[in-house]
Amino acid sequence: MTTWTLATALLSHWRRRPLQFGALLSGLALATALWSGVQAINAEARASYARAAIALDQNGLANLVSPNGGSLPQSAFVRLRRSGWNVSPVLEGDYRFGTTRLRVIGIEPLTMPAEAQTVDLGNAGDLLSFISPPGTLVVSPGTAEKIRGQTDLALRVSDRMLDGAAFVDIGLAQSLLRRDGELSRIVIAENQRPGLEPFGALVPALTVREPNAQTDIEQLTESFHLNLTAFGLLAFAVGLFIVYSTIGLAFEQRRPTFRTLRCLGVSLRVLAVLLLAELVLFALAAGAVGVAIGYLVASLLLPGVAATLEGLYGASVPGTLSLRPEWWLSGFAIAMAGTLVSSAQSLLRLMRVPLLAVAQPQVWGRSSQAGRRIQVLAAAALLALSGALLLWADGLQAGFGILGCLLLGASLLLPAVLSGFLTVMQRTSSGALVTWFCADTRQQLPGLSLALMALLLALAANVGVGTMVSSFRLTFVGWLDQRLAAELYVAARTEPEADRLRAWLATKVESVLPISSVDAEIRGQSMQIFGVVDDPTYRKHWPLIAGLPDVWDRVASGEGVLVNEQFWRRERLRIGDQLDLANDWKSTVVGVYSDYGNPKGQVIAGINALTSRYPQVSRLRYGLRVQPDQVADLRASLSGEFGLPPDNIVDQAALKEQSRRIFDRTFLVTGALNIFTLGVAALAMFLSLLTLSEMRLPQLAPVWAMGVTRRDLALLELLRPLVLWLTTFIAALPLGLALAWVLLAVVNVEAFGWRLPMHIFPYEWVRLGLVVLAAAVVSVFIPLRRLAGLAPSELLKVFASER
Amino acid sequence: MASLSGSQAASEGFAGLGSAAEGFSVPQPGLPFRFPADHGPHTDFRIEWWYLTANLEAPDGTQYGAQWTLFRSALAPREANGWSSPQLWMGHAAVTTSGDHFVAERISRGGVGQAGVVAEPFSAWIDDWQMKGLAAPGSDQLAELNVTAAAKDFSYELRLSATGPLVPHGDNGYSVKSAKGQASYYYSQPFYAVTGSLALPTGNVAVTGKAWLDREWSSQPLAEDQTGWDWFSLHLDTGEKLMGFRLRDAGEGFTSATWITAEGRPEPLPAGTLQIVPVRTAKVAGRRIPVAWNVRIPSRGFDVTTRPLNDQAWMATSTPYWEGPISFGGNVGGRGYLEMTGY
Amino acid sequence: MERYICAIVLILAAMVIALRNLSKSYETAEGRLEVLRGIDLDLGAGDSVALTGESGSGKSTLLHLVAGLDRPDSGEIVVGGRDISKLDDRGRAAYRRTEVGLVFQQFNLVPSLDVAANLAFHAKLAGRHDPAWENELVERLGIGPLLTRYPEQLSSGQQQRVAIGRTLAARPGLVLADEPTGNLDETNGDAVLELMLSLSKGTGSTLLMATHSQRLADRLDRQLHLRSGKIT
Ligand SMILES: Nc1ncnc2c1ncn2[C@@H]1O[C@H](COP(=O)(O)OP(=O)(O)OP(=O)(O)O)[C@@H](O)[C@H]1O
Ligand SMILES: [Mg+2]
Repeated sequence: MTTWTLATALLSHWRRRPLQFGALLSGLALATALWSGVQAINAEARASYARAAIALDQNGLANLVSPNGGSLPQSAFVRLRRSGWNVSPVLEGDYRFGTTRLRVIGIEPLTMPAEAQTVDLGNAGDLLSFISPPGTLVVSPGTAEKIRGQTDLALRVSDRMLDGAAFVDIGLAQSLLRRDGELSRIVIAENQRPGLEPFGALVPALTVREPNAQTDIEQLTESFHLNLTAFGLLAFAVGLFIVYSTIGLAFEQRRPTFRTLRCLGVSLRVLAVLLLAELVLFALAAGAVGVAIGYLVASLLLPGVAATLEGLYGASVPGTLSLRPEWWLSGFAIAMAGTLVSSAQSLLRLMRVPLLAVAQPQVWGRSSQAGRRIQVLAAAALLALSGALLLWADGLQAGFGILGCLLLGASLLLPAVLSGFLTVMQRTSSGALVTWFCADTRQQLPGLSLALMALLLALAANVGVGTMVSSFRLTFVGWLDQRLAAELYVAARTEPEADRLRAWLATKVESVLPISSVDAEIRGQSMQIFGVVDDPTYRKHWPLIAGLPDVWDRVASGEGVLVNEQFWRRERLRIGDQLDLANDWKSTVVGVYSDYGNPKGQVIAGINALTSRYPQVSRLRYGLRVQPDQVADLRASLSGEFGLPPDNIVDQAALKEQSRRIFDRTFLVTGALNIFTLGVAALAMFLSLLTLSEMRLPQLAPVWAMGVTRRDLALLELLRPLVLWLTTFIAALPLGLALAWVLLAVVNVEAFGWRLPMHIFPYEWVRLGLVVLAAAVVSVFIPLRRLAGLAPSELLKVFASER
Repeated sequence: MASLSGSQAASEGFAGLGSAAEGFSVPQPGLPFRFPADHGPHTDFRIEWWYLTANLEAPDGTQYGAQWTLFRSALAPREANGWSSPQLWMGHAAVTTSGDHFVAERISRGGVGQAGVVAEPFSAWIDDWQMKGLAAPGSDQLAELNVTAAAKDFSYELRLSATGPLVPHGDNGYSVKSAKGQASYYYSQPFYAVTGSLALPTGNVAVTGKAWLDREWSSQPLAEDQTGWDWFSLHLDTGEKLMGFRLRDAGEGFTSATWITAEGRPEPLPAGTLQIVPVRTAKVAGRRIPVAWNVRIPSRGFDVTTRPLNDQAWMATSTPYWEGPISFGGNVGGRGYLEMTGY
Repeated sequence: MERYICAIVLILAAMVIALRNLSKSYETAEGRLEVLRGIDLDLGAGDSVALTGESGSGKSTLLHLVAGLDRPDSGEIVVGGRDISKLDDRGRAAYRRTEVGLVFQQFNLVPSLDVAANLAFHAKLAGRHDPAWENELVERLGIGPLLTRYPEQLSSGQQQRVAIGRTLAARPGLVLADEPTGNLDETNGDAVLELMLSLSKGTGSTLLMATHSQRLADRLDRQLHLRSGKIT
C-alpha cells in the first residue's frame, strides 16, 4: 500500500466528519489567534518602548548631568573631550512645529557612542546634511505625517523613532530651543582609554547619573503586559481544550481504521508518522488562519492598548500594527506546540494499546477513577500552593502565581465537584428519568469537562476582572470628586500674566490654589514635588488614607510632607519617616494620600517650603474655588480679561469627564479580551456538545424504545447543558470574587502601588448570567435540532446495525 | 561613521580629494607663505593637514615609527562659531614597531573648541591629542613642539626641536599635483630632532630620532583620474632630505620631488625626474600592497631600495591607507616614511 | 393489593393483539421496497409465538410496528382494543412504556446506568417498580454479582440477561423479542430463552419472538413464518 493510499484512508475520517474537522481547526486557530494577537500587541508596545528608550536616553549609558536638573555648559563637554574622555553632548527640549509639539533631542553624531547610536542616520552624505545647516529632523513615520509642511527642515523617517520625538543635530537643537552653548546632559561612552582624570577634578559641578538597568517605561508597563500575556495564555488554554478533546475523539473513532490498517501490515511507526504529519499539517493551516485572525484582533485592540498605555503610563505606542516576525512566528510555534501537546496522549495511547483492543468510541473521554483522583489531588495541591504564595511570597510574579494556581486548581476541581453533585442528585432522586438524567449527564461529564473547565475559567475571569474594574471605577470616581475639588483650573502663559491673574482673582473668587511643582529625584526615583497653600479645600477634600491628626498644619508649616500611596508602598515608608527631598531639604512624612492613575511617586509640601527651595518654580497654574453657579461667568471674564485660550481654562466637570474617559479607555482592552475568552469558551462548549451529539444515539435509543417521547428526550437534552452551564456559572462566582480579591489586594498593589477596596456588583452577575444563558441556548440549539428532527428509523438502526 | 567626506575613491580620487572646488579657494603660484599665519588653518580651502612622521630608536637600537596627523576638511569655505561651523577635523595617531602597528582615530566638529589649530602661540589639537608650540612669540612657531597622543592601547609624548629651516616645495610652496595643473600649498619642517617616550602594551620606551612635519592645504589636489599616491620622506645619512611622490592614474602617473640640502635649501626636481618601482608586495588588510620600492633619481645618481619596518603598517581608519617607517640602502642609506593611499 | 392484581389481570385480559392487513414499505435508493404486504395475525393473552423467516423477510419490521416504534403504511394494529397505529408520538410512547417490553439483539441497555438501575428503569417508567420482584429476577437470572457494573463491562450474554430482566421487571403485557439470543452461543442462548419463556409465562405476558433458529422456535407455543411480506 502506498503512503498516499494510507493517508487517504486516514484523512477520509475528516471528510466524513466535517464538524469535527471544523472544531479542530477552529479551536486551534482561535487559540493561536488570541495568543498571537496578544503577542502582537506586546511586541508592538515593546518596540515602541525600545524607541522610547532610544529617544529618552535609556540606552544603558551613564550620563553627566547637572545636579539641580538644569542645563549644563557646553564648555564642560569640550573640557572632558580635551581631557581624553569619550563623551557626547545632548540637548533636549520641547519645540512646536506649527501645531505639533515635538520632543527635540539634539545629538552630536560624530562623538555619539556607537551603542547609543540606535537610529541610523544614513550614509556619509546623509550624515553631512544632518550636521550641516539647515539640518534634518529624524522622526517616526507618524510624526513625519504630522509635521510635513510645518517646517522647512528636511525630514528623515526612521521606524525606530518614537512618535512625538525628533533627533536633530545638537547645533540645530541649540538654535531651535534658543539655548546656545547649553546641554541637557553628556553621554559617557563605555569605551574609555585608561588613565583619565576623574570627573570630580574636571567637572566638579556635574554628577554622574547611572543608567537604569531596565527602561522606566518597560518597568512600569511590565505588569500591564504580564496581564495581557496572562489573558492570552488563558484564551490559548481554553482553545487548546477544544483541540485536545477533538483530537482525542478523532483518534478514538479511528481506532477501527488503525486496527484494520495494522492488520494489513502497516507498521506502527508508519502509522504514527502519518498521523503526526497530519497533525502538523493541520497545525500549520490553523496556525496561518490563527495568525491572520490574531492580526485582526490585535489591530482592533491596539488603539485601546495604546490609549491605555498612554493614559496609565504616559508611554507612547502607535495605534497601528506592523507584522513583526517575533509574534507571527510565535503564533505558528504555539499552534504547533499546542497541537503536539494536545495529541501527545492520543499518540501515546495509539502506540501502547494492543492491536486488537475492541474499538469502543463511546467510552471516549471516560476518565478512569484513578485519573479523576489524580486530578483532584493536583487541584488540591494547586490551591494549597496558591494559599502558600498568598501567605509567604510577594512581588508581582507571586501575585500572578497566586492567580494562576487558583484558577487552574479550581478548574481542575470542577469535574469532580459536578460529578459529586450529580451523584448525590442521582442517589436521592427516585424518578427513573431524573436518575437517568443525572447518570447520563455524569457520564457525559468527561467529554464536556474540558469545555466546562474552559467555561469556568472564562466566567471567573469575567467576574473577577469585572469586579476589579468596577471596584476601581467606583473608587476612582469618588477619588476624583475629592481630588478635583476646585471648580475651575486656569493656566497663565507667562509669569507676568500669572502675577496679574493672581491680583485680579483675589477679589473674584473664594480662594486661589496655586499648583506649583518641581521635578525631583527622591530615593532614586524621578517624581514631582507639589506645593500647596493651606486651604480648607485640602483639609476637607484631599483623599488622605493615613496621616497624623494635624497633618495639614504640619504641611503648611513646612514641617512635614505628604506622599502618595504608590511611593509609600514602594518604599515601605511609615508616618514619621525622614525623606531627603533635595540636597539640603529633609522633611518628615506626615500623611499618605491616594493618587490613582499616576505611575510615579509624588510628594506634597507646603508651598512656602517649596518656593524657598526652588525660587524659580513656575507659578502659572491655579485652581479656583468659586460658587458652582459662577463658574461660567468667571470663565467668560477670564478669557475676556486676559485673552486666555480655552485650553488654559478648564472646569472641574470637563476635567473629571476627561479623567473618566481615560479610565474607561484603560480597561477597554481588558473588557474586549474578556469577551473573546468567553466567546472561545462558549465555542468550546458548543463544539463539545456537537461532538457528543454524534454519539448520543446509543444512549437515547433504548430510553426512547422504552417509551419516552422524542420531545421529552429533546427537552432533557436541552436541560442537560443548561444545568451544566448554570452550575459552572454558580461555581464561577466565588472563584471570580477570589480572583478579584487577588487582583485588588495583591496584583494591583504590586503593579501600580495602590490598594483598592472591593465592591460587589450582583447586577453585573445577572447580566453575565443572561449572556451565559443565551450562549448556552445557542450552543445547544444546533445539536438539539438534529435530535428533534431524528426519524424513528435512525433510532431503530441502533438496535439493528452492527456498530 | 563611514567617512567624513565619502569614500567613493574610484570616481572622485582618494578620499574625495579629486572633487571639484566649488566656492573654495584654489592655490595660486607666486604667493609667498606668511608665517606664523600660514601655520594656522586656511578655512577657505577644502582640505588641509598637519602631518608629522617620526623615525625613532630606543637605547637598545629597536626601531619605531610614530605618526601624528590632524586633517581639516571643510564642508563650506568659511568658519563659524559653534556647532554650525562647517569645519570637520580628523586626527590619526600611530606607533609602528617591527611586530605591531597601533592606530587610533579621532573625529570632531569645529567651532566649539573640541578640535582646531591656532597659529600663534602654535597649537593643533583634537580631543586630548595635541601638537603644541613651545617657541616664544615672534620666533618660528614650529621650531619647538610638544606632541602627544593617547588611545586605549598606546600613547606617546614627543619633544621636537628643529635643527634646520622650514622648506617650501614646488614653486616656492606651490606644489603641482598633476599634468592638468592641480596643485596645493606645501611646506615642510624635515629637520626635527626628537626625544620622547612611547607607552605601549609591552611597557614604556624612551626614544630619540628624527621627525618630519608636512603642512599642505588645497581644495582639489588630485585630478579626477588620479586614484592615490605613493609618497616618500627620506632622511639621508648625509644629512640631506628627499621628499618625493607619485600620483597614480590610469597611465604613467605623475611624479614630483624636492631635494633638500643638509642646510635646508630646497631643489625642486622637474616632474618625472623621480622614478619609483615596486620591488616587493605584501598582503595587507586583504589587498596587495607594494611595501618595498626602488627609488631613483638618475640625474643625481640616487638609487636606493626601501624596506618597511613593518609590512602591516595599515592605517585602519575611516579612510584607510598605508603609512609606516622605512629604511633604505643603495648608494646612500637612511630612514624615512612611506605613505601609500588608494590601494 | 387486591386492586393492583385486578388491574394487572385486566390488562392481561385486554392484551389481545390483532393485526389487520398490515403493510409496510421502505423508500430505498433502488425504489420502493414492500416489506410487509397485508399481514393478518391474532395473538391471545399469554401466547408465546415464534416469528421465523429469511433474513430480510421483515421480522424486525413487524416487531417494530407492533412495538409502536414505527408506523405502518396501512392496516391496523389493535392491542387491547386500541389501534396503536393511530396513536400520536406521545400515545405510542405511553403504550411502549406501560404495555410493551422489548428485547433486541443488542444495545438494549442504557449505557449510562449500572445494571441495577437498568433493571429498574423500565419498571419505574411504567410506574410498576417492585423491588421484591426485581430481586427475584436478579436471582433467577443470576446477575446478582453484576448489579454495580455498567453495560459496557458486561459480556453479550450477560447484557441479554439484564435486558430480559429489565423487560420483565416492568411486567409488560406484551414482550417483543428480536433475536434475543442471536449474539449468544447455543448453550447460553438456550439458557436465556429458557429463562425468558418461564418468566414470561410466570407474568402471563404474551411473547412474540423473531428468530432464525428453528430449534428455538420449536419451543414456543406457536410458529409463524414470514415470506414475501405475508404470514404463511
Ligand atoms: N429503515 C429502512 N430503510 C430501508 N429499508 C429497510 C429499513 N429497515 C429495513 N429495511 C429493509 O427491509 C427489509 C426487512 O428488514 P428486516 O430488518 O425487517 O428484516 P429481518 O427479517 O429482521 O432480517 P434479519 O433476519 O436479517 O434480521 C430488508 O430488506 C431491509 O433491508
Ligand atoms: Mg431482524
